[in-house]
Amino acid sequence: MRRRLGRYRRYGPGLAGLAGLAALVVFPLAVSAPWLVTVGLFTLMYAALASAWNLVGGYAGYPSLGHAAFFGMGAYAEAIWWTHRTAGSGYGPFWTLPPIGLAVAAVAVPVAWIAMRTRTDVFAIVTITFLFVVQTLAFNLRGLTGGAQGVAMPVAPFTPATFERPFYYAMLALLLLALAMSYGVLHSRLGLALTAVRGDEDKARSVGVPVGAAKLTAFALSVVVTAMAGGVWAYYLSFIYPQFAIDPLLSIGMVLMVFLGGRGTLWGPVLGAFVVAPAQQYLAYRFGASQLYLLAYAALFVVVMLVMPRGALPTLRDRIRRAEARA
Amino acid sequence: MHEAVQAVILGVLTGGVYALMASGQTLIFGVMKVVNLAQGALVILAAFLSHSLFTAWGVDPFLSVLIIAPLMFALGAAVQWLLLRPLHQDDAALLSLLVTFAVALGIEGALTVVYHTDYRTTRPAYVDRSWRIAGYQVGEVRLAAFALSLITLGGLWMLLSRTRFGRSVRATVQNPVAARLLGVETARVAALGFGLGAATAAAAGAVYGMVYSFNPNSHYDLISRLLSVVILGGLGSLGGTVVAALVMGVASSLVGALASPVWSDFSFFVVLLAVLLLRPQGLFGARLRGAL
Amino acid sequence: MSGPPLLEVRALTKRFGGVTAVDGCSFAVRRSTITGLIGPNGSGKTTVFNLVTGHLPADSGQLVFDGRPVTRPDPGRLYRRGLSRTFQQPRVFGELTVLENMSAAAGHDWRALAGRRLSARDAARGDALLAEFGLSGHRDTPAAELSYGQRKLLEFAALLMSEPALVLLDEPTAGVSPAMVATIERHVRARNTSGTTFLLVEHDMGLVMRLCDPVIVLDGGTVIAEGPPDDVRSRPRVLDAYLGG
Repeated sequence: MRRRLGRYRRYGPGLAGLAGLAALVVFPLAVSAPWLVTVGLFTLMYAALASAWNLVGGYAGYPSLGHAAFFGMGAYAEAIWWTHRTAGSGYGPFWTLPPIGLAVAAVAVPVAWIAMRTRTDVFAIVTITFLFVVQTLAFNLRGLTGGAQGVAMPVAPFTPATFERPFYYAMLALLLLALAMSYGVLHSRLGLALTAVRGDEDKARSVGVPVGAAKLTAFALSVVVTAMAGGVWAYYLSFIYPQFAIDPLLSIGMVLMVFLGGRGTLWGPVLGAFVVAPAQQYLAYRFGASQLYLLAYAALFVVVMLVMPRGALPTLRDRIRRAEARA
Repeated sequence: MHEAVQAVILGVLTGGVYALMASGQTLIFGVMKVVNLAQGALVILAAFLSHSLFTAWGVDPFLSVLIIAPLMFALGAAVQWLLLRPLHQDDAALLSLLVTFAVALGIEGALTVVYHTDYRTTRPAYVDRSWRIAGYQVGEVRLAAFALSLITLGGLWMLLSRTRFGRSVRATVQNPVAARLLGVETARVAALGFGLGAATAAAAGAVYGMVYSFNPNSHYDLISRLLSVVILGGLGSLGGTVVAALVMGVASSLVGALASPVWSDFSFFVVLLAVLLLRPQGLFGARLRGAL
Repeated sequence: MSGPPLLEVRALTKRFGGVTAVDGCSFAVRRSTITGLIGPNGSGKTTVFNLVTGHLPADSGQLVFDGRPVTRPDPGRLYRRGLSRTFQQPRVFGELTVLENMSAAAGHDWRALAGRRLSARDAARGDALLAEFGLSGHRDTPAAELSYGQRKLLEFAALLMSEPALVLLDEPTAGVSPAMVATIERHVRARNTSGTTFLLVEHDMGLVMRLCDPVIVLDGGTVIAEGPPDDVRSRPRVLDAYLGG
């Protein structure tokens, strides 16, 4: 029994991961309804975003509420770059995503350098204020962003029946990238440094942990994925406005999913996204007109914070550990 | 020059209203170390209630404060008692921040269901009247709003410095553990403090509704400005908040008059950024923190 | 025992508002000694520690460590140069395992961040130190589950990962059992024999008298006496300071 459990521990997660990946790859081919693929697309987007947020908010313990700003910057960069260009085969706009991700990360580093002088709740305030700064800029720099009118980019020339597929796979690729980053961070000295920072930053500094470099690296990695997701999102919609591209609800969505699944864990954010994102899509679809979905969202949030503040995975893991200790 | 002085006058009056809105948030932070992201939503909620009282029964917006303030007090106390008090102690600061964000979303959602998303303004007969003082325009509503801010802030200050409740609050602000040992029921004080902070939103909302147009979404505009004011004021210092609100009010009004109105909001963030770079503890954080 | 001192503190001053916590404080820590820093409560011992390690900025004064002046003391940089400290309340990383705590304190700089979470070299050195400190049995438990005394030991053991020249111990035996006092004393002695210099703040006078030579006495933020423990103990100024004269 023990032995079989050990073998499961060893290979089980990898096999489960592969099976999950296969299911995600096949999903858009197997379902015929485009709206289901759309739900899948947004779920993957949120899973990627939540995993990316977790690098800063979970591992390093710096709860950024400003990530929607980086999402928006990626979206605007993509849209502005392609406004006056033709999409050709339609795959060109995907190739501008990596440089956009890196460029937004380059902008994010000095922002993080300033913001990370503050801790936890003040950091959260500073980052959400930054979000409003970027939103104001998007409204006001009319020459660049089109202001409140928004900015349009060419509509992708994909056949309507399978229009969502390329975007779906782009989001899947971003999720895999985010997971690879999370895995890499967890298994590198960076992960160790970040856990130390989360536990006691001053102590970490006093034993020579390169605190600043660790925090900024985590932030930059996180922003790369966030900005690229914004780019894919912009191309998918092909038309963006300031208040949707830079939306505090997006920041809070990432936070909710990570908190629900489990902060600082590899799979927690994915789990949280796979629960919340489809529910969110459903609520928006079902109650969209009356905005009741905001109420439902708020209620869900409060319940998570009150009942399971540490998240599902850590709570579950504790249960299992205790059960094993008894056995 | 004339334009600049006019802008400063307007800025001071606007700053007074910001001081009123932010004082509630500062009080809540001071008492519970909770950054209340719902303060803007509470102000907007009060603005809607005041608007409804005015349109349905012709209640004067300034008088409506007397009706709305107790309701807001009850709401604030309930939020603290039901949602914030039970939070896990380990990272209560962060969790409560997120819960208040959820409260803001809930209020926004409820308001959208009831009032939909169109913009509105409370317009009593005197809303457009203004006085000329030494050649400068001073809107009656803005002046009355400023006066109401002064009265409310003065009352708040009296309450904190002269009453038993105020002493408990200040004790809780300075040292919650010691306060508890001395018999202060800190949970109850926190609920009352949160209620009081929400009640100031009633006055702020009535005023806001006359000066600006608003919809359920407007709390986002407010919260970013309020947070800037509160950080600049040094988080938790009432005096610092008032000064910061006046500074911000004048700065944004000057930018609006001399550069362009679309950039006036931006001045908040620039000032905030400069403060963070130069003095991360806020303008008054070092000296006045916890002084209330 | 000869040669230039390992640490030199010259005219160090720190004011908090109107209170001068450290007032023109000057002393030196010679190589290979176990120097004691004592003084009544509020005499500025911990503030001196915080100034020397860069946890607090000094208002004025100079520091020379290992023959080089320290112009802008930064805890991390000093740690990598060989100056480390413990805290009055032991501070370990509760979410990391005991062995990971050792690795975190190994003093790697930012270039090492891409390396493996626990390198074979760190693990080997960590294991050796854990064995020396009798903590091997807890190697893989989260540090949060250790007892108070064990945390003090772990904090001490972990900073040895950086092979420090000078270790500042802030009340190493406060709040621990008599058996643990003896254990800590043994480890300080052993490490000192193999070349590590210590500066320790301690209230247990018995321990100071057994372990330290020389002893520096602080009162009102300045040094009022310095010398071998027996000598210092009998000076009237020291007695006055302790008895509130």
